[in-house]
Amino acid sequence: MTTIGQPLDRVDGGVKTTGAAKFSAEHGYPGLTHAVMVHATISRGRITALHTDQASAVPGVVAVLTHLNAPALKPAPKPGTFNFTIWFSGTSVNYLQTDEVHWEGQPIAVVVAETSAAAREAAALVRAEYTVAESAVDFAAAEDGAPPQPNNSYFPRGAKRGDAEAALAAAPVALELRYTTPPYNHNALELHATTAIWDGDQLTIHDPTQSIDWFRTHLALRFGVAMTNVRVLAPFVGGAFGGKFAIWPGTILAALAARATSRPVRLALSREAVYRTVGGRTPSIQRVALGAERDGKLTSLVHTSVTRNGRIGGNFEQVTSASQHLYAAENILARHHVVQLDLLPNTFMRAPGESIGTFALESAIDELAYQLGIDPIELRLRNETAVDPIDGKKKFSHRRLPELYALGAERFGWPERNPEPRSTRDGRWLVGTGVATAFHPALMMPVNVTVRLSADGRVLLRCAFQEMGMGGATAQAQITADALGVPFDAVRVEYGDSTLPMGPAAAASLQTASIAASVIQACEELKQTLKAMARTTGGDSHEEILRQAKVPHVEAVIGSDTRLGRIAGRVRFLPKFIRSSQQWVKAASGVQFCEVRVDADTGETRVSRWVGVFDIGTVVNAKLAASQLRGGIVMGLGMAMAEETLVDPRTGRIMNPSLAEYHVPVHADVPPIDVSFLGDPDPNMPLGIVGAGEVGVTGVAAAVANAVYHATGTRVRDLPITLDKLL
Amino acid sequence: MNSFSYVSAPDLDTALRTIANTEDVKFLAGGTNLVDLMREGIERPGTVVDITRLPLTGIEELPDGGIRVGALVSNSRLAADPVIRTRYPVLARAILLGASAQLRNMATVGGNLLQRTRCLYFYDDVAACNKRTPGSGCDAIGGFSRSSAVLGASEHCIATHPSDMAVALAMLDAVIEVQSLHGTRQIPIAEFHRVPGDTPQIETVLAADELITAVTLPPVPVAANSHYRKVRDRASYAFALVSVAAALAVEGGVVAEVRIALGGVGTKPWRAVEAERVLLGGPATEEAFARAAEAELAAAVGGPQNAFKIELARRTIVATLRQLMVEGNPA
Amino acid sequence: MEIELRINGSAQRLDISPQVSLLDALREYLGLTGTKKGCDQGACGACTVLADGQRINACLALAVQYQGREITTIEGVDHPLQAAFIRTDGFQCGYCTSGQICSAIGMLAEHKDGAPSAATEDLAATSEELDDDEIRERMSGNLCRCGAYNGIVSAIKEVAK
Repeated sequence: MTTIGQPLDRVDGGVKTTGAAKFSAEHGYPGLTHAVMVHATISRGRITALHTDQASAVPGVVAVLTHLNAPALKPAPKPGTFNFTIWFSGTSVNYLQTDEVHWEGQPIAVVVAETSAAAREAAALVRAEYTVAESAVDFAAAEDGAPPQPNNSYFPRGAKRGDAEAALAAAPVALELRYTTPPYNHNALELHATTAIWDGDQLTIHDPTQSIDWFRTHLALRFGVAMTNVRVLAPFVGGAFGGKFAIWPGTILAALAARATSRPVRLALSREAVYRTVGGRTPSIQRVALGAERDGKLTSLVHTSVTRNGRIGGNFEQVTSASQHLYAAENILARHHVVQLDLLPNTFMRAPGESIGTFALESAIDELAYQLGIDPIELRLRNETAVDPIDGKKKFSHRRLPELYALGAERFGWPERNPEPRSTRDGRWLVGTGVATAFHPALMMPVNVTVRLSADGRVLLRCAFQEMGMGGATAQAQITADALGVPFDAVRVEYGDSTLPMGPAAAASLQTASIAASVIQACEELKQTLKAMARTTGGDSHEEILRQAKVPHVEAVIGSDTRLGRIAGRVRFLPKFIRSSQQWVKAASGVQFCEVRVDADTGETRVSRWVGVFDIGTVVNAKLAASQLRGGIVMGLGMAMAEETLVDPRTGRIMNPSLAEYHVPVHADVPPIDVSFLGDPDPNMPLGIVGAGEVGVTGVAAAVANAVYHATGTRVRDLPITLDKLL
Repeated sequence: MNSFSYVSAPDLDTALRTIANTEDVKFLAGGTNLVDLMREGIERPGTVVDITRLPLTGIEELPDGGIRVGALVSNSRLAADPVIRTRYPVLARAILLGASAQLRNMATVGGNLLQRTRCLYFYDDVAACNKRTPGSGCDAIGGFSRSSAVLGASEHCIATHPSDMAVALAMLDAVIEVQSLHGTRQIPIAEFHRVPGDTPQIETVLAADELITAVTLPPVPVAANSHYRKVRDRASYAFALVSVAAALAVEGGVVAEVRIALGGVGTKPWRAVEAERVLLGGPATEEAFARAAEAELAAAVGGPQNAFKIELARRTIVATLRQLMVEGNPA
Repeated sequence: MEIELRINGSAQRLDISPQVSLLDALREYLGLTGTKKGCDQGACGACTVLADGQRINACLALAVQYQGREITTIEGVDHPLQAAFIRTDGFQCGYCTSGQICSAIGMLAEHKDGAPSAATEDLAATSEELDDDEIRERMSGNLCRCGAYNGIVSAIKEVAK
């Protein structure tokens, strides 16, 4: 019996509902100490004095580390074509190595104490004096003259086809629109925390990383030890959403403090410290201009963005990613502008680029639909494309948007809608509905695994991947069970430990498919081995073959974990990957339908209904995939309705570093979310799987904004859609 | 959090004696505000006197038909009390619309009255704040001030009073009973909280050696038709942008009795006396409600980020009175 | 100072400073790490435990203040909600789960006692049905950033029947 597709329960449900699952701040060690960071309160300058006497005098304080006494640390490597590790360093700053301050919140000292209470008390007593240098922290003020994004291997500065500006000027109908989105923070419920233990030159480190392999490589480099000297343990990650992908100061400083004190150190961040030292999502200013014939056929699509990064590095936000692939416009211009400010840099956050880019694009399509008097779904269908619009040649590996729209419209009851804005009322509520397209590219990474089949029938899959709630162990057990024809319960999965074969990053929605590719290969090898054995020993079942051969187990090893083996793996992987990327556009897609109710007096907006239909290729586990997509939608609701990191433009200081003042959705904000799938495999992905981690958040904010317009007649182009914008 | 001495007071006398004879001392009850502020370094008491063992947990009916609520009654117990729910629904609903169930289980009536502002600059010890450090300035002015007050603010402080419960109590003319070694005082709630003026650090008229022991609700028959409407950014678990506590009695189309108080807009729980004056004895119509709201908000001053509250408050007052018209005066 | 706490039915003696919260006492002194820290300021509910059966935020409770109270943490919970959460997929990363479960246990007891919520239309009524709106409002003190809210509501509904 096949298990793929079945809505099986999570394999880690038991430990997560009894409190037994141990997260990174929850491992005890003899002599464990607690560390707390002290943050700079200027955005740029130099430390002229650090007063640590009072802090040192707090009973229980073991050490106060500053740039004056901290052990040496190698700088973060510079970016290079094949050097992914720059993505991996949240900033380029070498913490506690110089007197320089690069952002408001940068750690300038670390207090290590016997108890967390003493460490916190002492950290509050460290006083710094500075000379302040001129800094730029005001994003809005930096918009004019924002330079284009420099080209690099991963993110081209933009793309174009035809002459979009000329086509716009000549179009019978043209829209010129400006949208903005505020900064966001991930706010995974688990606070970042690192427990670091040095034994000579061996480092054991518990950290909720999204990428055990790159994390290990990076730490080895910074601390000047061999990669194999670093053991990373991350069996449970308490939510991440991109915020635990790069390495941030807390991790580095925990390891540095452990080295300096020769004691095990736990550095558990406060919520405020997460805001001050872990990057979030950049704000954006976006221009979307659409030119169309009167029948709705797009002749021009312009999407440009201004985002920010840190002067000290950070990740680029690919805002126009979806705009290059969704609509059959003959003229397209996509361009990014990036300003560098003296702020904590931008980092990956669930669907970097697509989440905020689809807000602007999919709002603009809705605006055009109203302008033309065409149903917004019909307008999209009229611009449906068979080839990649930006390139005019590449084919989509799997694209079923018209089917998704048909299914979604039916489930939602779209045809019953009166398209007139402000036309539907239920008591004090103005009711509106909106729709938007979801889109997220599919990627892959090379993965090493071992699969072992024992004579007792049990199967062990080993791979250093991460489990932050996606259900990776459950899904891979299903894939392994089906590939070997064994029961689901016979498969055990080991993950979350760098001593296991090299896993992929839990990022870019690529984990499930990437591992699946290697698992299938391993299982095929195992079956061949067994077949060969059976020819000499006989036996029908796996167990029989192994028993009769008197072999306790057979194992298939995919990839090599030596340094050279890993490089060889990448060299084998990349050409195939690049070839495939040149041939196909691979992506997950979906449609988001939303109903809102807006209080006619106060503008309070409640999302009352949601239907999402998704094409994520093969659905490995219907229950877990639906949960992930719902999770993306809930995060999108937060973006749409309330979330905003408040960076004071006068100082660069984040003023709402707290879950009380940064409003993520609560239970009462979230209606029942109806999620369904097409379930049709993608022919060019392993097992037909396309990732589900990020597509759910795309299109959500636009669907809400479109529904709010339908309900009220007010178009909100600046997120979040708070009630003051509807009065 | 700084180090401090902890004293658990076995009885009222010990509590009052300790607070009178100790420097830098704070009473600790539910802890939902004080512990948070201590962790943030905003409050740094040298001694904390735990009063949770004091016998201030009664809810008693008074001979005049009023209710006396002990200062240590938890928010959730008060909201669940059958008498409060039927005679003072505005109070039950105000409490239930505040914070979360967990916090309401911990928080007390006395503590709720002494809740401190959620102003972002008060909560950040790096920022200038006259309430936290008198004379240091006010970074909220010209800063993130979407939640700031439009009524009762001064050039020294624009921080909003955060309580929902206190808004309902203001509407009900509750009386705060306080005790010290010198005796007992009864303070009408209207006089209990202070507007900031040039001393925003002084938030109430409570003396340093006094403890809130009870809150008395006078009999307010009109409160049987009362409502608390809270407008906020999330559907739950968020502070008010604007809230309205109101009670209304209409006889023959004329306003016979009306009480209105506002939250989220004032530097203290805001009794809308001007609006009440305009309405009383006049027609109970949507136009009159709007005029009353205008009159109350005539003195409101908004900045670039919080001016919307003036319009929002006007609309919420009208909507709440409209609802009370329908509910309390079925056709 | 020396204090004694009653946790999950047994007495625990501790030598701690009065600064230490009940949450830190559980996690750092007693090894009961099932109770989670998500904000340390009463804004997320991950630290929800039961004190004499009532749900509270352990992060805002000083340990010293909770002597003599019966504290129940997730480690002391054996309740049908746990299996229900697995069936309905009421979690992803699992970090908020202990708090959600303890909170739901407290919530069901509150509802049984007739306590109203902000979602209760008629406050004078003694007991309203525990429908979706009631559950969502009553559980709003527990954030889930993975967005497993639908599953949590389903689990609670299943058990409340």
